[in-house]
Amino acid sequence: MTLNRRNFLGTGAFAAATLAAPMVRAASHGKPKVVVVGGGAGGATAARYIAKDSNGEIDVTLIEPTRMYYTCFFSNLYIGGFRELSSIGHSYGKLASEYGINVVHDWAIGVDRDAKTVSLAGGAKVPYDRLILSPGIDFVDGAVPGWDLSTQTKMPHAYKAGTQSELLKDQIMAMPEGGTYVMVAPPNPYRCPPGPYERVSMVAHVLKETNPTAKILIADPKDKFSKQALFEEGWQKHYGGMIERLGPDFGGGNVSVNADTMEVNIDGEIVKADVCNVIPAQKAGAICDAAALTEGNWAPVDGHNMQSRMDENIYILGDSSNQGDMPKSGYSANSQAKVAAMAVRGSLTGSRVFPAKYSNTCWSLIATDDGVKVGASYEPTDEKIASVSSFVSQTGEDADMRKRTYEESIGWYAGITSDMFG
Amino acid sequence: MKTRIFAILLALAPPGATLAQEDAQLIGDAERGEQLFRQCSGCHQIGPGAENRAGPHLNGIFGRRAGSIEGFDYSKGLERAFQDNMVWNIQRLNLYLENPRSLVSGTRMAFRGLKKQQDRDDVLAYLRSYTASPQDIPESAPTARKREVDLPPEVLEIVGDRDYGEYLASECVTCHQTSGMDEGIPSITRWYPEDFVIAMHAYKQKMRPHPVMQMMAGRLSDEEIAALAAYFADLEE
Repeated sequence: MTLNRRNFLGTGAFAAATLAAPMVRAASHGKPKVVVVGGGAGGATAARYIAKDSNGEIDVTLIEPTRMYYTCFFSNLYIGGFRELSSIGHSYGKLASEYGINVVHDWAIGVDRDAKTVSLAGGAKVPYDRLILSPGIDFVDGAVPGWDLSTQTKMPHAYKAGTQSELLKDQIMAMPEGGTYVMVAPPNPYRCPPGPYERVSMVAHVLKETNPTAKILIADPKDKFSKQALFEEGWQKHYGGMIERLGPDFGGGNVSVNADTMEVNIDGEIVKADVCNVIPAQKAGAICDAAALTEGNWAPVDGHNMQSRMDENIYILGDSSNQGDMPKSGYSANSQAKVAAMAVRGSLTGSRVFPAKYSNTCWSLIATDDGVKVGASYEPTDEKIASVSSFVSQTGEDADMRKRTYEESIGWYAGITSDMFG
Repeated sequence: MKTRIFAILLALAPPGATLAQEDAQLIGDAERGEQLFRQCSGCHQIGPGAENRAGPHLNGIFGRRAGSIEGFDYSKGLERAFQDNMVWNIQRLNLYLENPRSLVSGTRMAFRGLKKQQDRDDVLAYLRSYTASPQDIPESAPTARKREVDLPPEVLEIVGDRDYGEYLASECVTCHQTSGMDEGIPSITRWYPEDFVIAMHAYKQKMRPHPVMQMMAGRLSDEEIAALAAYFADLEE
């Protein structure tokens, strides 16, 4: 079934809610049940807002395999030595104890859309009236020949934060004097468009301090990338001569790797890497495929409420969704989660539903106290979530402004993690 | 009381009427624009593998500096536009499509122009589809026009809808903390509502400089600003 905005309006429009607010109870049991899969910026936020705003009228279950969640945002700052790993780790304790969310640490492996249950790796089936999927990204098999998950300990992606981040940082710190760090950058679209380039900045920052004759090589399949002028200006200013990027014109899109020999083949030229950071092409989290909610690599949704275009009882947030213009970022997922939470609550309890508004801002650190940002606001159309305005830091900004931008990002981190985890 | 009138209008409106006003409008119909573009294709190419012909290729035209494609022999008019650092945005492209010489005197583009706004919108939508997606490069040009918001003079008299403010505030508290902490990002809790409203309108009118706040405030209606002011005014720290 393909849903459109009109289907949704019949159940939860703001105007309708002022006239009548019928309680919609699940047919088979007392309180309506919402299950959220994935405890990141989308899932944790959605679970918290539904639990917080429904005042006990909705049972919320959050399914997340890890007990400690490490944010992908700011994980580059850990690699750069600006944060401790522990400072980007968050538990689900408050969501359980203060918001009454049933937090289940297990893998969701399947969805029975007819029976409306989620299957867990541990064997349980969890029933739902509404299901929110926010599983983040998975990697496209075979995207970089020679690389798969079995080689991620030798050639880490570090694009899901935690042990991968630790591994990559340890490898960088162990590089021989004058060694080579190679990044295989991903094709569009992928999680956090400026992320690989902030990482290069952070790696350069570390190497400048500990191993100044080391080199960084980026093999990139993209013609251009977000904040490119800002990053390139920063690299020249802070890390002159250390960073080289090979775009598609120079074979950056034709790459294979050999994890046993630590060799990277870039368009026929073999490069010996001391550290090889492979960030493969990406797709929606596997549970979206398992639930048959994807078209191609991503899961299409209605931009008015993040409802799956294939199942009116399922909402898909963040990186996994094919929603339109919003970049795949933690901020985007958090923004989408609030719209979805409101829509889900409205459909189950008749609570007021307001027009969707979305926004995103993304900060990147280039060097000490040298922060830049990009952002945009978005509004839904019947086709997609559309970009309606944007801004970006300018090249040549003075040091005070860049320092303030960095400090702003620290405040944002505190704000969004509090918004996610309570 | 304006708020009461606003609430009554909402109650009387058919479901969807309010939301419909909130929808962004896509620039135009790109498929129709593709048809219209055929009259341009004698000189301009666009799409994968597009090359310069009598006119430059039009991939990535939104946000491109005028006259900036290396190796293309531009007219003196476009060379002047380059020196003036003119960037192709939707407004300039719209003018240029309507009458090229009205924007760039001396251009060699011998085109009488598209006189109908709908035709120009559709061509612009088609051209926009070959500029980088904001999903990949967030700073790229918008793909839709946002709803215009009027500013009536009695904005300070609006009594905010606190419930609506609570919903709208969910966007604010991604950065601003409800605890009132102000590390890196200032506190916005427990402001006197009038001060809050004035500050938000100052951002909206771009009197206050912060780009994130200009963006956020820029799309809020008067009622929405009042609702936020009402919510944050008595938020417990």
